[in-house]
Amino acid sequence: MYELFSNLGAWLVSGEQWSGPDGIGHRLAEHLQYSLLATLIATAIGLPLGLLIGHTGKGAFLAINLASFGRALPTVGLVVLVFLAGGLSMLPVYVALVALAVPAIVTNTYAGMTAVDPDVKDAARGQGMRGHQVLFQVELPLALPLIMTGLRLALIQVVATATIAAYVSFGGLGRYVFDGLAQRDLVQVLGGAVLVAVVAVALDLALSGLQRFLFRHRTA
Amino acid sequence: MIQFDAVHKRFPNGTTAVHDLSLEMPEGGVTVLVGSSGCGKTTTLRMVNRMVEPTSGTIRVGGKDVTRQDAAELRRSIRYVIQQAGLFPHRTVLDNIATVPLLLGFSRRKARARAAELLETVGLAADAGKRYPHQLSGGQQQRVGVARALAADPPVLLMDEPFGAVDPVVRTQLQDELLRLQKELSKTIVFVTHDVDEAVRLGDQIAIFRTGGHLVQCAPPAELLARPADDFVADFLGAERGLKLLSLRTLADVPQGPAPEAGNWSLVLDAANKPLYWASKDAKDTKAAELPVRPLKDTDSLLSALNESIASPTGLIARVDAEGALTGVTSRDDIHAHAGQAHTEARVAA
Repeated sequence: MYELFSNLGAWLVSGEQWSGPDGIGHRLAEHLQYSLLATLIATAIGLPLGLLIGHTGKGAFLAINLASFGRALPTVGLVVLVFLAGGLSMLPVYVALVALAVPAIVTNTYAGMTAVDPDVKDAARGQGMRGHQVLFQVELPLALPLIMTGLRLALIQVVATATIAAYVSFGGLGRYVFDGLAQRDLVQVLGGAVLVAVVAVALDLALSGLQRFLFRHRTA
Repeated sequence: MIQFDAVHKRFPNGTTAVHDLSLEMPEGGVTVLVGSSGCGKTTTLRMVNRMVEPTSGTIRVGGKDVTRQDAAELRRSIRYVIQQAGLFPHRTVLDNIATVPLLLGFSRRKARARAAELLETVGLAADAGKRYPHQLSGGQQQRVGVARALAADPPVLLMDEPFGAVDPVVRTQLQDELLRLQKELSKTIVFVTHDVDEAVRLGDQIAIFRTGGHLVQCAPPAELLARPADDFVADFLGAERGLKLLSLRTLADVPQGPAPEAGNWSLVLDAANKPLYWASKDAKDTKAAELPVRPLKDTDSLLSALNESIASPTGLIARVDAEGALTGVTSRDDIHAHAGQAHTEARVAA
């Protein structure tokens, strides 16, 4: 056990492991690229959807059920499905990651919108704001803390799941996990897993710190 | 002037909120809508700025049918103050007040400068402007709500139980403040409350609603208190409506006499002739040797005079001028006689 951990330590800090096209630096960059792009696409889909549902109050059924749908969706299955249908490309990976992230974003955005005090919305309308002004000047800013929580959750989930890119022969930190498994190299598997966990936790801490800073004037 | 003409409101669930309402609310006056919960008073108010659309009938503000105007633009000239103020929690107090000027296209600098003036108008310190609503007390938030409604100088104010969520002391302060502002600004105000005392204090006319959205009576407070239209109105105004009527009359025309002395008691004055306390000449009774006096001005109500005459050990009330110097005293009997006379006048006047 001790040997395993000391080997893991050596693997993580060795200079050669960090350089080159198969190095940790490059894999990390790939991993972040997949994750950020997938989350960005998911935001472009999920945020307007959540805002629309929250603002109009129509389609709440969809928002609520999307959450359980998202949890039940087998990500690897989805990758394989899109791969079989569309052939080998990054597309299956992005489809799967986006499908994973959208529900978290929609449900949190919707929750944030419904949590806005009805009196405040009423007052906004009563001051003569039009629908879009109520949405962008009052509802969106007030829902923002919960919306950001949704984005954070989505990003963390995507980072943790982006290892599947390696499953269909692409890069990212998943490379170490899948290569390690194939080569029966436990140190490499663990190294990959630890790196993914560290990235996820670091992003989570950074984003929640940012959230606390941005919303320092809020009561709740 | 706001005119309701045969206005009817039925909600989609079938309840009638307002039933065949015809009512005029005079320009520059305060019309108070009262009634128990669910009587349609808030719905009536909200139909003026189209937060609720009438099912039938017409509502005109300044002669123009409200349903023919753009709702958002209408609401920028007819301003709305609600209970709990409904302030935007993510904006500073100053930016809250500047909301409508900004919607109207004023520059941010100009809107904020005007907002800072309004802060003073409603009696808030200038540094409150940089704070966020949750950092203020309930009463202060309500003042901000009024300031926000006054920005860009609207001719009409709609106030829906604006002082309902603050304690009685602050409530009285806010009422005084509103009366002071109204003296200066002469807005057309529609005010919803379920508090009869508030209605009597603030209203130039009071409209009483009964459940089902029926307007029962609309009259100036004195007339309403003296001659309620039916038992419902009488019950709603309460058994002490006679005393409430006295709250509308001032001491001004009640005569006063010179003698600040009665029996064993004399009124002690300071160097500036201001009443300090009632002093007993009976030395044995040390505990009751001094009793407080609450001097009254001509602008104080007959009700407070009656109250003070009961509290006074001599039955005399001390009358003072604007500077607080004694002008004379009035006896309990004089107040009683005057109160009775006021009542009779109000009840026989047609």
